[in-house]
Parts: sequence; C-alpha cells; structure tokens
Amino acid sequence: MLTKSNMAPRRWQADALVAGGLVAALYGLMHLSSFAPDAYTSTAVDLGVRHLPYFAVRSVLRMLAAYGLSLLFTLTYGYVAAYNRRAERIMLPVLDILQSIPVLSFMPSVVLALVALFPRAPHVGQELASIVLIFTGQAWNMTFSYYYSLKSIPAELREAAAIQQMNGWQRLRTLELPSAAVGLVWNSMMSWAGGWFFLMACEMLTLGNSQFTLPGLGSYMQAAANAGDAKAMTFGLSTLIFVIVLLDQLVWRPIVAWADKFKVELVNSGTPPRSVVLTVLRRSQMIEWLSLHIFMPLDEKLDGLVNAWLGRPKDESPGPVRTTFSYVLTAAAGLAVLLGLWKGITLLAQLPLSVVGDLALAAGASFLRVTAAIVIGLAWTIPVGVAIGSNPRLSAYLQPVTQIAASVPATALFPMVLLVLLPLPFGMNWAAVALLLLGTQWYLLFNVIAGASGIPADLKETGAVFQLTRWEKWRTLILPAIFPQLVTGLVTASGGAWNATIVAEYQPFHGAIHKTIGLGATIADATSAGNFPLLLAATIVLAALVVSINRLVWRRLYRLAESRYSLL
Amino acid sequence: MQKDVLKKDVLIETKGVCKRFPEATATTLEEISLQVREGEFVALLGPSGCGKSTLLRIVAGLIPPSSGEVCYRGIRVKGANPKASIVFQSAALYPWLTVQQNVELGLKAQGVPAAERAKRAANLIRVVGLDGYEDAFPKELSGGMRQRVGFARALAVEPELLLMDEPYSTLDPLTAENLRDELLDLWLEERIPLKCILMVTHGIEEAVYMADRIIVLSRNPARVAADIPVRLRHPRDRRSPEFDALVDQVYKTVTGAGLKQTQTPAQQRAVVERSGRYKPLPNAAVNMLAGLLELVDDHGGREDLYTLGGDLLLEVDDLLPITEASELLALANVVEGDLVLTPTGKQFVEADTEERKALFHQRICQLPMFEMVGRVLRAKRNRTMNRQFFSDLLEEQFGPEEVPLQLKTLISWGRYAEMFHYDANAEELYLDEGDRGLLATGSEQ
Repeated sequence: MLTKSNMAPRRWQADALVAGGLVAALYGLMHLSSFAPDAYTSTAVDLGVRHLPYFAVRSVLRMLAAYGLSLLFTLTYGYVAAYNRRAERIMLPVLDILQSIPVLSFMPSVVLALVALFPRAPHVGQELASIVLIFTGQAWNMTFSYYYSLKSIPAELREAAAIQQMNGWQRLRTLELPSAAVGLVWNSMMSWAGGWFFLMACEMLTLGNSQFTLPGLGSYMQAAANAGDAKAMTFGLSTLIFVIVLLDQLVWRPIVAWADKFKVELVNSGTPPRSVVLTVLRRSQMIEWLSLHIFMPLDEKLDGLVNAWLGRPKDESPGPVRTTFSYVLTAAAGLAVLLGLWKGITLLAQLPLSVVGDLALAAGASFLRVTAAIVIGLAWTIPVGVAIGSNPRLSAYLQPVTQIAASVPATALFPMVLLVLLPLPFGMNWAAVALLLLGTQWYLLFNVIAGASGIPADLKETGAVFQLTRWEKWRTLILPAIFPQLVTGLVTASGGAWNATIVAEYQPFHGAIHKTIGLGATIADATSAGNFPLLLAATIVLAALVVSINRLVWRRLYRLAESRYSLL
Repeated sequence: MQKDVLKKDVLIETKGVCKRFPEATATTLEEISLQVREGEFVALLGPSGCGKSTLLRIVAGLIPPSSGEVCYRGIRVKGANPKASIVFQSAALYPWLTVQQNVELGLKAQGVPAAERAKRAANLIRVVGLDGYEDAFPKELSGGMRQRVGFARALAVEPELLLMDEPYSTLDPLTAENLRDELLDLWLEERIPLKCILMVTHGIEEAVYMADRIIVLSRNPARVAADIPVRLRHPRDRRSPEFDALVDQVYKTVTGAGLKQTQTPAQQRAVVERSGRYKPLPNAAVNMLAGLLELVDDHGGREDLYTLGGDLLLEVDDLLPITEASELLALANVVEGDLVLTPTGKQFVEADTEERKALFHQRICQLPMFEMVGRVLRAKRNRTMNRQFFSDLLEEQFGPEEVPLQLKTLISWGRYAEMFHYDANAEELYLDEGDRGLLATGSEQ
C-alpha cells in the first residue's frame, strides 16, 4: 500500500540518490557527445509533395518503435515496482523525478552522444536518439498508471487467484493485465499524442555547425518553413493531421472501445465508448471464424505450453542468491553514480562565478515566459471551456473541432509561428510565448470542459433559485467546481511549457539561429557550442526549478483541490 | 451428518495460531487452537473487526500466521491450500470474464482441457440455476446471481473444503435465504463432493440456521470465546422455540465476547496510567446512541439486546458499537444480554438538548482521550492544535488504519458536547469562546 508512513522517511534519501544519478548520467552523456563529428550535415529534405507518404510512414514507424519501447519498459518497471517492496522505494521516486524534469533539455546531448556511438553511420545514431527521446516523453505516465493499477487490484480478486492456484503467467493474463487495461490504454493514447510533439522536435536539429535531419513529416515541415514554401507547408500539415486522425479512428478508438470491458465496475454506467471500426470487426463473419478456429486453439496451446513450463505456484520466498547479486549490483551502481557525480562537480567547478547571475537571469526570463503563456491560456480557456462544457449543443459542434486542433503537435506549428511573429519588434520573445501557449493551452481547455460539464445540475439550479449575479455564480459555483480539474490541467500545462522552452527559445529559421534570453536557449546554445560545464549547470537549474515548482506549488494545490473542492 | 462426526478424520487443525499486523500494536488473533472434522459445517461468529476473516484466510493458506501452524489432514499448510475454495463476500468475479469463463477459471489453472472444462462449468452453472446466462458479464447480473456464480466457481474445482467469507451479507434478505437453502440442499444431500464447510458470518440467526457448530471469537485480541454445537434437525424452523432459545444463547455469548473488555472509567484510567494507552472509542454516532437509550427507556429501562436489534433493524455488528459507547459513558450497562439504563442514562433520556450536551460533556470528560485533548488545547497559548498532532499521538497505539476512525468519533463527540471546535479546512482542533473544554475537569485539580 502506498501510505504516507512508508513513503515519507525514505523520500529525501531517494531524491538525493536520484539527483546524483541524474548528474552522473548527464555527465556520461556529455562525455560521449564530445566525440560527435564536428560538422555534419544530413541530406537535405526533398520538398516534393509526392514524397509525403514515405515521410509519413517513416515518422509513424519511429513513433511505433518508441511506443513499443515505452510499453516494454512500462510492463517490466511497473511490475517490479509494484511487487518488490525494496525496489519500490527507489523506483517510485526515480519515476516521479523523471516524469517532472523537462526531458527535452537532454535532447541535444542525447543526439550528439548517440551519433558519436555510430561514427560510421550517423543516421543510425540519430534514428536511435529520436526513438529514445520520444520514449522519454511517453513512458512515465504509462508506467505510473500500470503501477497504480497493479497496486489497486482488490484484495479479494487476488485471493481468488491464489486459492485457484494460478501461477504468475495465469495471474498476469487473467488478473493483472485486464485490471490495468483501461488505464494503460488511456495513457497510451495520451503518450502517443505527446509523442508527436517530440517527434517533430527531434527530426530536425541544428547544433552549431551540424545539422541533423531524419526523413519524416517533422523535418519536411521545418524545411518547408525554412524555404518559405507555403504549398509544401500546407501539404505537410494536412498530411500530419490526416495521419493523426486516421490512426485515432482506425487504432485508438477501437482499442478504447474494446478496453471498456475491462472497467472494474459492477454496474453499467453512462454510455460506453463506441467505435464503428470495432463493431464492424466484431460482426465480421471472417474474423469470428478466424478467432474460433485459429486464434483460440492457438492461444489455448500457447497457454498450455507456458503453464507446463512454469508449473504450479511455489512458496514464494526470495532466495539468498538473488540478494547477494543485488548487493553487488547496487554497489556497482553506487560506484558509477559517485564517479559521475565527482566528474560532474569538477566540471561545474570550471565555471566562472558570473555564470550564477547569468543563469538566474535566464531562469527568471523563462519563468516569466512560462507564466505569461499559462496566464494567457487561462484567460481564454476558462470562459470558452465553461461555455462549451455547460452547453451540450455547443459541445456537440465544438468538441470534434477542438480535438482535431489539439491533436496537431505544437512543434509542427513552430515554423509557421516564427514566419508570422519574427518580423515584429521583440519578435522572438513573442514567438517563444506563442509557442509555449500552443503547447499548453489544450491541456487547460480540455480540463476546464471536463470540469464544467461535471457540475451537478442541482447545484446550478440552486444558483438560479437564489438569483445569483453572474459574478457571484462564477465565484461561488463555477470556479470552485472546476478547480480540481483546472489544477490537473495546470500541472500538465506547466510541465509541458517548461519542456517546450528548450525548443521555443532557440529556433533555427531561414538559415539563422533565433534565440532569446532563457534557460532553454542557454541549454541549446551550450550544447551547440560544446560548453559542457554550462550545459550541465543549466540543465541542473532547469530540472531543480521544475521539480521544486511541482513540489511547492502544484502538489499543494492538488491536495487542496482534492480535500476541499472535490465534488464527490 | 453430525452424529458420527467424532469418528471422522480431522480435516483442519489450527495449533496456537497467532496473527499480529505490523501497523497495529495489538494482536489480532491470539492462540487459536481448533479442530474441524470431516462432515462438519462450522460457523465462525464474532464482533466485527475481531479477525474472523483473517482466521479464514489463514486456514486457506492465503496469509501465514505470525506463530503457530495450520494443518490440513495432518500436513502443515504452506501457501494456498489446493483442496480449498473460497466464496467471497463480494463474489470477487473477474468483471472482464463471462459467467462461463469465471466458472472455468480454477479448472483452467489446473490445466483441464477446454472441452472438459466447458462440460464441468456448464454442469455447475445448471446446479446454481444460471443456465442461459453463460455469456453474461458480471455487471449484467444482480447481486444474488453474481454470488451464485461465486458458488459455482468455488465448487467447480470440486474442493474438499469450502470456505465462505460472509457470503450472504451483501444480498437482500429474500435472495440470501434462497441461496442459503440451496447450499444446504447441496450439502445435506451430498450432491457435491464437499467434506467440510467453514463460514464466517456476523448473522447469528444465519449461523444457527445453517451450521452444526458455532465458534464464537472475542475481540482485541480474538480468542475462542465459545464453541457451541447446534443439534437442531434440518430443515430448521426459525419460529420454533428451540431455535429461538439457541439464537438467544448465542446472542448473549457474542455480546458478552464483544463487551467483555469494557471497564468502568475508573478502572480504565488505571489501565491507561499503567500502560500509557487509551481505550478505543467505539465508532458510534451520538444520535444513534440517544435513539437507542430512548428506545430502552420506552421499554421500561431494560430490554433484550436481540429484541432491540430487531426493533432497530440492526445486525449485532451495528448494534455493538452503540451499546459499547453507552457502557463506556456509563449511560447503560449490559446485563445478561439485556441493556439496562443507568440513573445517568435515565437522566440523559429525560433531558432537553442543552442539558443532554452538558451531561454528555460530563461523561466524555471521564475518558482519558478527551481529558488529554482538553489538557493539550488549554495548555496552548492560542488554544489551537492541529489534527496531525493527535493523529501521531494515537497512531502508536491504534495503527494508521484505526486512527482516522478514532479521531472521527473523537471530533464528532467533542463537537456534540461543545467541548471544542474543529476547523476541517485547517485540520485544527481549537477552543472558542463558550466551549466547555475551556474549563479544566475535576479530575485534574
């Protein structure tokens, strides 16, 4: 059980360990990336429209590989964290921090490091880097969901499995995976959507004299914007939206509708999600024949084989061999962490003292930009979201539109935003805020809609009976009622905005690099200049800033929302 | 079946089974030694939270005992007993599997081939009267039908030992009675190869109606308080005088077992001073307490607990905390299964709201926990203390799961008595102008 008492005492030790590990990992990455070729330019992107299907396939395959990796990670990491009490104490804080640090700040070093690993074939390294980066944007929420699902399986269902002598495999199939299915599917969908954001960002990367380009929709659109080719831009964007909507309809919706049967509820509630595709598949004679004569017997056979191999459940007590092994492993990992930490600290010691002021200024600027983006986002999403959420007819028209609009990853729109805003005075500053806003506003909007549509009718009627003025109604009913959802949206939005600073504050465009003062720009700049001490310092500052904001602001608001404004 | 039971083999034997949970300092089960023979239907009765279900799970091999051992046919049980099956309170069906798949589950785990599985499952589904529902999902079924599936699933593996954890408690009375009779038919006519049934229940009538033997557990810690044979012939008539007498006898034993530990406040204070511990507050609402006392007063100041439970439509489990509270506050006493108003209790019933509150305050001031709260609040300059402080203080004794319940009762009683205020947002207890807690109680001076 995840109770306060067993989490609290180890919290800070675990945090310190994780922080040390991160610095060590960062140092390792930077060390590797110093071996990357000095000036490298991938083949230019062909802007011919006929290449678009090929680019789309390449992008989707990249996403698929990253998602597969995320799923594999989720199933193993989540499982171990849920069942191994000792590992849980470290694994959970690690996950928590990994989830809250802006992973894009690692992007430049990851790309350089992996390119350096494959000196003969830089594109392989770059391909791997893009997959790793998308993975880091997808895996954490899925893992958390799987872990919590496993932890919250009702005791009686577990006992039923035990008394029926199920072995580990049978338990996984009949109890654990089904229990986790709903959460896993929803989080997969979110992760997939988030994956597009990272994909667009990492398909084309300019660092110093090197330009890394992977064939795909993201690089196509950046190249099109760079060339000022309006036709290519329109076609690229339409293809992207088409692919996203197609996958949503053909893959995700059927899966969501199918996963509905795994809801742990004993009464039918609400309208279940539907999918035409799934209904067609379910009614198809051919599919039924296949399942009856091929899939089911095959499944039975496989199941039998695995069971024969595993045998009956044994008395589960951890053997002494494993513990010795784990001690050795822990000691080795600890040594590596200490070494990396030491190297990292010596690296930081090379920095002049003036860097402190520079970093503080950069952090302040980024903070203001993120805040501005969130405030602008709130200013339009609260009234619009409440209007949509409390008006079913409006919602029927606008929901699909907003969903499609939201499905376009902000990074895909960056080049176009730059095209419009750069010519203005302080253009890059405006552009950066606009880019952050693009990446965050949808989280806010959807949560406000969800909150507003959940306001119980009797509360609204009470407001009407007492003839509350518009302001009173907002103050006493609407704002408190949407508060919990709003906080959820804000947490995600803030995380997304900080992450996006890396790409928003530093943009190559029309052959030049455009940047403003900010932590994101500092990180991208330091990487391209090979200034590792500065890169390390800036990344640490950014990660620490985001984690502290999470702990000090969002988590408290979250608790307040849960305890006081919850409608249940 | 019970006539020659003593000649039959001992199926289950628990030898000095103890169970402690790391969170709570108190032992849950202490020195439980029992023998259950082939052919017996045993009911485990006891006040709620006494550890009946824990004992059932230890017998099943789902939880290891802290000390002592459980033997099945003379062999020590390690891990889930393959000869046993459980019917759970919630039926515990897998929501994503159909009725048929749920029933087949245990057979599948045993590696029974698909065709054989389907045949045996279909047979049991017919036995529990659910033919036609093979393809239904649990959420499409009523509670009673779900529990039928639970029975079918448990019986499909042809267990020797059937363990039941309050299997009828979530069903409506009619369905429950129906299911009880069906199980008794299967059992008495030996239509299923069962050797023994062990049922946890808090329904005294249910136990007398079904079982051959009733084992009563006491609370805190749970020990075997009584082992009562039931020699009534099946089918048993609930309206017969013998049935009634037996129910009454068991009722007295159970309430005795639940209340045995209650001491007068003076004795209790002595215990607290010795061990530094607080007597747990029964989780009873003040208005329920007042209602019960008024009812007893209407009956002339003394009434049978069993009758009271019937009047209030309360099971003994729900009634016990209220009677415990009335004893703790010396408003009534339990004498031979009857609840008897004390003079203070009589005074309480006749008082108006304000007087009741004053009297209630006077009574709770006698309890060490309230005394402590009053002392702490008065000692602070701002007369305020956060909830966490008391929570931490009590956690050592009660464990993390019980503390919120204790504090809930503490705050609710304190608020009623106007002893202190509680700010739920700030999570603080505080003394306000006019609060009775501002005045020190007599015992302190």
